[in-house]
Amino acid sequence: MQRVGVFVCWCGSNIAGTVDVQAVSEALKNEPGVVFSTNYQYMCSQAGQDIIKDAIAEHKLTGIVVCSCSPRMHEATFRKTAAAAGLNPYMVEIANIREQCSWVHKDMLTGTEKAIILGKAAVAKVNLNAPLTPGESPVTKRALVIGGGIAGIQTALDIADAGFPVDIVEKKPTIGGKMAQLDKTFPTLDCAACILTPKMVDVAQNENIRIFSYSEVTEVKGFVGNFDVTIKKHARFVKEDICTGCGACTEKCPMKKVPNEFNLGMDNRSAIYIPFAQAVPKVATIDPNYCNMLKKGKCGLCAKVCAAGAIDYTQKDEYISEKYGAIVVATGFNPISMDKFDEFAYNQSKDVITSLEFERLTNAAGPTAGKLVRPSDGKHPHTIVFVQCVGSRCSACAEKGKEYCSKICCMYTAKHAMLTRDKYPDTEVYVFYIDVRTPGKNFDEFYRRAVEEYGVNYIKGMVGKVTPEGDKLKVQASDLIANKQLHIDADLVVLAAAIEPDKSARPLATMLTASMDTNDFFTEAHPKLRPVESPTAGVFLSGACQGPKDIPETVSQAGAAASKVIGLLAKDKLTGNPCVAHSNELMCNGCSSCERVCPYGAISYEDKEFRMPDRTTKIRRVAVVNPAVCQGCGACTVACPSGAMDLKGFASAQIIAEVDAICK
Amino acid sequence: MQKITREQLIDKAVSLLENGTVEAVLGWGKGEFDYDVTPAVFKTADELKAGFVWNDFCGANFSKYLVAKTGKIEGKILVFLKPCDTYSFNQLLTEHRFDREKVYAVGIPCEGMADIAKVKAVCGEGISAINCDGEKIAVTTLYDDEPVMVDAKDVLAERCVNCKSKKHVAYDELLGEEGEVVDSARFDEVAKIEAMTPDERFAFWQNELSRCIRCNACRDACPACTCEKCVFDNPNSGVENKAPANSFEEKMFHIIRAFHVAGRCTDCGECSRVCPQNIPLHLLNRKFIKDINEFYGEYQAGAEVGSRAPLVDYTTGDIEPGEVFDRRDKNA
Repeated sequence: MQRVGVFVCWCGSNIAGTVDVQAVSEALKNEPGVVFSTNYQYMCSQAGQDIIKDAIAEHKLTGIVVCSCSPRMHEATFRKTAAAAGLNPYMVEIANIREQCSWVHKDMLTGTEKAIILGKAAVAKVNLNAPLTPGESPVTKRALVIGGGIAGIQTALDIADAGFPVDIVEKKPTIGGKMAQLDKTFPTLDCAACILTPKMVDVAQNENIRIFSYSEVTEVKGFVGNFDVTIKKHARFVKEDICTGCGACTEKCPMKKVPNEFNLGMDNRSAIYIPFAQAVPKVATIDPNYCNMLKKGKCGLCAKVCAAGAIDYTQKDEYISEKYGAIVVATGFNPISMDKFDEFAYNQSKDVITSLEFERLTNAAGPTAGKLVRPSDGKHPHTIVFVQCVGSRCSACAEKGKEYCSKICCMYTAKHAMLTRDKYPDTEVYVFYIDVRTPGKNFDEFYRRAVEEYGVNYIKGMVGKVTPEGDKLKVQASDLIANKQLHIDADLVVLAAAIEPDKSARPLATMLTASMDTNDFFTEAHPKLRPVESPTAGVFLSGACQGPKDIPETVSQAGAAASKVIGLLAKDKLTGNPCVAHSNELMCNGCSSCERVCPYGAISYEDKEFRMPDRTTKIRRVAVVNPAVCQGCGACTVACPSGAMDLKGFASAQIIAEVDAICK
Repeated sequence: MQKITREQLIDKAVSLLENGTVEAVLGWGKGEFDYDVTPAVFKTADELKAGFVWNDFCGANFSKYLVAKTGKIEGKILVFLKPCDTYSFNQLLTEHRFDREKVYAVGIPCEGMADIAKVKAVCGEGISAINCDGEKIAVTTLYDDEPVMVDAKDVLAERCVNCKSKKHVAYDELLGEEGEVVDSARFDEVAKIEAMTPDERFAFWQNELSRCIRCNACRDACPACTCEKCVFDNPNSGVENKAPANSFEEKMFHIIRAFHVAGRCTDCGECSRVCPQNIPLHLLNRKFIKDINEFYGEYQAGAEVGSRAPLVDYTTGDIEPGEVFDRRDKNA
């Protein structure tokens, strides 16, 4: 029989506000095995932990139940407390009476009743607990960064600087991501390329970093410290190690009418192309959708002009398998499609553009060499209307846009407005906004400058309709402060489109078994305390894949993710989770059901000799679990038709005891 | 009358025994009555000639017996398999329950087996002899001078009326001609039960299962029930050896068993055949098979060795749990 101690936490008023903690500790005193029960204001504090340690010694406790917050919050804390008092850490059970009880109940009576029931279930379970000892597994000292934007670049550089090899997988032909497309960056207005491209070069030159560009991750197996990843390198029909990036092929290519995605289709590129001058790797890529040689077998000009002989029309997609200890997701974002926003006439007029297109229009390396002109007629726009929150904070129109705030639009719109007024003082600039949100270092000052020094017309209100008429765009809007309708004849309308996670994120999350929110942003392990870790061990988050972020925030998160990876890779061995499956070989049929459902390949079979009741021996095939590989997911325990498979720490008998205690 | 004769089967068995291919023969042996046929092991030609039976009452599916028997002999054992038995044979192979190398399987055609309960419904009790050799089944009772002639079609077991396959999916040698998978109406009865209101359905099963005497015959005959240690025999399970103490216990037993074999049951119908209380247990299993077919697409357990049953397989195309609930609400 166990000697169980029960410790009920008030969590200040978090629990005690809705749960009568005194009543809970009193009620649980009468449960089987309980020899001690108390409550305290903050069980996780030093004083609270001391209460637990003292009680373990004084009452010779063999198991403890802490009625407190979610085990995800403090289970590890209380296990350490128990271990410090000489108790096996796996003799600790947590009854979650905060997230699953006090926070969801308003009434003291029902809250208390439920807390008692949850406590009883935990006592019933701890009565069947057995001491467990964790095993160890090795760590592959190599990290994978998925995505080569500023988030991925910074993470990779920081990990590589600590001395660990890193691979970057980027689906585009070059790293650089969205930042490479930007003109200036707020709030300091330094040019994006000037601060990004040196980092891209650092990546290329760092001997610890390998870049898999034009590649994607197709399969992820394994677990923290031991991921097996398959990377698909798309055929670019150019030998990467031979191409010098001279660009002769791109000049000679006769197929020049390919929409240039780097400039968002505002100009054309050739079928063989280098996305931009500072691309890394600076290697040409043939677009198989447009290349005449690949499509019709006629042309071959690029191969003729390539002095290095790098063109290879027969190149095939290549699959690379590599082992990693940690994976960082840095898949970034995209502006949402404007197709559903008919009211802004995006699809009707070339002069209605998105903010990212505006970036390219004002970028010295962009389609107009930095000259701000109307895409329709190349004339200088005299009146520009910026519309904020297009598809952001869109709670009433969830099917069109996003409910969340895209966070970066207020600042970049202020930047666009300011730069326009700076370069072209004769231009009238209007910004329509719901709110201007500028929480960040020097952000509000920046916005104030746009209004006060540069005379940008900020108008609180939304644009209702944009109608192309002649060469003008008729903008109908409301000014909420003046309480009147506005009609503006604009030359250019710029839409601050909401941003959304990259489409590759969802299938990637499935591969990584990492969780996502309803908007397809990756979920962090804890929103406040573990913001760069995913709930899946060994998978980390960097940049906008986790939520909208500006560059300073992305870079700091990238560094934080890198430090977590370094912390992981610095270890030679990882302490495993002792809550793994094990098979009772006397009951095992050897039917293979468990092996088929195991996502980690942790189960194998052995022929073992058994003594039969009639003193004969029989050789039977039975399942054997490799505890280093098992992650304790429990899939096998439910697949096993004989009930031979069980999970340590979560045995079927323990779960049933909990259910019985709840249903009693 | 079966197309293949007892003599043909004995000849085949004797020749395989004599040329050393097999060491023993798993076949049907005489029981207390002519209709009471029991599985038996034969090791010599004499034993076969004396005791081997082949008639319309040889329903027993031998697949499961291979689990125990193959472990007890050095060489191979000959097993006669009717088409439906071959599905269980494959399913057990999928689950690695016996060594295929130790078995010589002979597929035999089957014209459907008779249900003694249906025979008794026609002829009454007191059956002293049955002869299945003629066109019709001749049933002699203590109370009639002349044998009552029964048309085999009228007394076919339910599982044979709704035969799902005349095709053998596994064998080393086939006697007679190969048949085809049959388009059966086996789910009609399940659909009728589904159409009941929850109260009617509860009453139906309450009535059927209340006759259960917990003899465990269904479990012992079931080719899917081959656990080393059955949960109902395991003192650690908390549900072992429970007699039907109340009206809930026997329902528990059958529901647990139906869940246990879900996705692995080949619908061989042995459970209902051996039930001394004539409980239509196969309907529980068929409900699972019907649901699996509807939720995951047609799946026949045992149709091929090594196939992954939908319930222990995961694909991204799997039905969402919500759809199951919607359907339940619709049926409620």
